[in-house]
Amino acid sequence: MSLDGKLEIIGVTDVGRKRAHNEDSIGSDAGLGLAVLADGMGGYRAGEVASAMAVNMILDDLREGMKHGKTGEVDEETGFCRETLLIKTAIEKANETIYQTAQRQPQCHGMGTTVVALAFYDDRMSIAHVGDSRMYRMRAGELRQVTSDHSLLQELIDRGFYTPEEAKKSLNKNLVTRAMGIEMAVNPDLQEDVVQPGDLYLMCSDGLTDLVEDDVIHETLVEYSENLEDAARHLVDKANAAGGVDNISVILVRALKSFGAKQNWYNKVFDWF
Amino acid sequence: MPGSLVLTLNQSVLGEFTLDKERLLIGRKPENDIQVDNLAVSGQHAAIITILNDSFLEDLDSTNGTFVNGKLVKKHALKHGDVITIGKHELKYVNDEATTDDQDFEKTMIIRPGMASHAAAAAKAEETAPPTPAGTSSQMVADDMPLGKIQVLSGPGAGKELELKKALITLGRPGVQVAVITRRPQGYFITHVEGKHPVVNGDTIGAQAHALKDHDVVELAGVKMEFFVST
Repeated sequence: MSLDGKLEIIGVTDVGRKRAHNEDSIGSDAGLGLAVLADGMGGYRAGEVASAMAVNMILDDLREGMKHGKTGEVDEETGFCRETLLIKTAIEKANETIYQTAQRQPQCHGMGTTVVALAFYDDRMSIAHVGDSRMYRMRAGELRQVTSDHSLLQELIDRGFYTPEEAKKSLNKNLVTRAMGIEMAVNPDLQEDVVQPGDLYLMCSDGLTDLVEDDVIHETLVEYSENLEDAARHLVDKANAAGGVDNISVILVRALKSFGAKQNWYNKVFDWF
Repeated sequence: MPGSLVLTLNQSVLGEFTLDKERLLIGRKPENDIQVDNLAVSGQHAAIITILNDSFLEDLDSTNGTFVNGKLVKKHALKHGDVITIGKHELKYVNDEATTDDQDFEKTMIIRPGMASHAAAAAKAEETAPPTPAGTSSQMVADDMPLGKIQVLSGPGAGKELELKKALITLGRPGVQVAVITRRPQGYFITHVEGKHPVVNGDTIGAQAHALKDHDVVELAGVKMEFFVST
């Protein structure tokens, strides 16, 4: 089912002020309701190879996979629906290829990439991520981070060694504990959620979030919410104004109207109501 | 370079220990890496977890507690110059080469598989689960999180129970009040979808996802239900 006119997707990627290359990659397909962002790392230009491979391979696989099967069909074994499992498989496949490329080609040795990928269907969405690229949701004027970073810092916060406030001062900001391309297998975090008209989704690389506080991101999104292109551009500008030490990528997705397929997933509502 | 600990008693130095192990144990018993033979010290008193250049102190439920700069701590990220007190003994943390804010460090680094298991194992501290190197597990993340369930407390379905195995479960009555419970790697969340906002433990939740805790009571479309995490 085409989502033309149901979603608005805008992406901006910027090299920043300090780096010679942009190792981030972004890609999207508004008609199919797909968006992917990756932050590559490692070696001479290898980071941009890893992130581009991830974005392109995942998008291609999803485009192909969406042609088959029933929208939103739930796999009883895992509890995840078709789209979520498609993203999972696509990330695993891309991971293998990036890993093998890194092993085979000396100039790509040690490359890896984070990824955050979204698929929209039937008034719902699947969210998958590996590493410290994030997805936020703005709904009813509130901004919330939906993904949880696979970073050492986040693990230390989760384990109680740091409070989030202390963590902001920590220098160990950029140690990623999960990434694509590092091992033959990868373990993406998977989530599903309901989409409501008016929702605004922000996907971004750490080049934004390391330099721009969440409340500034929120203010910027509120101020420029009329025009997503402006909003994305202003977010990038703010990161650059704060030093632009890393590549900065932003994808904004707005749910313009409902895209439910007859709300058939309401059938799961229970007889005890 | 990782830091080191200088062990002293009444100002006299008893030894210096380099923090080159991912997990170093301090306690009264001989199998500890730093043995402090004093009855005020528990058999296994505290652990120091070291990840790259940084070290973290964790009290292992000791009888008399672990203090840093005079304050009782359970977990603490060590800073150069911190003084750990265990019983009457003191351990000074020395690390003047702690991570510096140089340009190189702005670059995102991946902790290598070996390192990652090291970090994960260290961060998991006393948990007995075998360390999983980053990304090696092909199983669902959800497999290692406890399964949630809800039990209906009122209405026609009172007593019924539902395991929250799906990633997304819709509850309520369409046209009246609908909410969705989502399963995230961090746990379960309830989000308003339609009608009035759901009530959790007597408070109406906002527009954003609300984290569910064990024994939370949710009211939706006139039905009360309790959320449990199975153990």
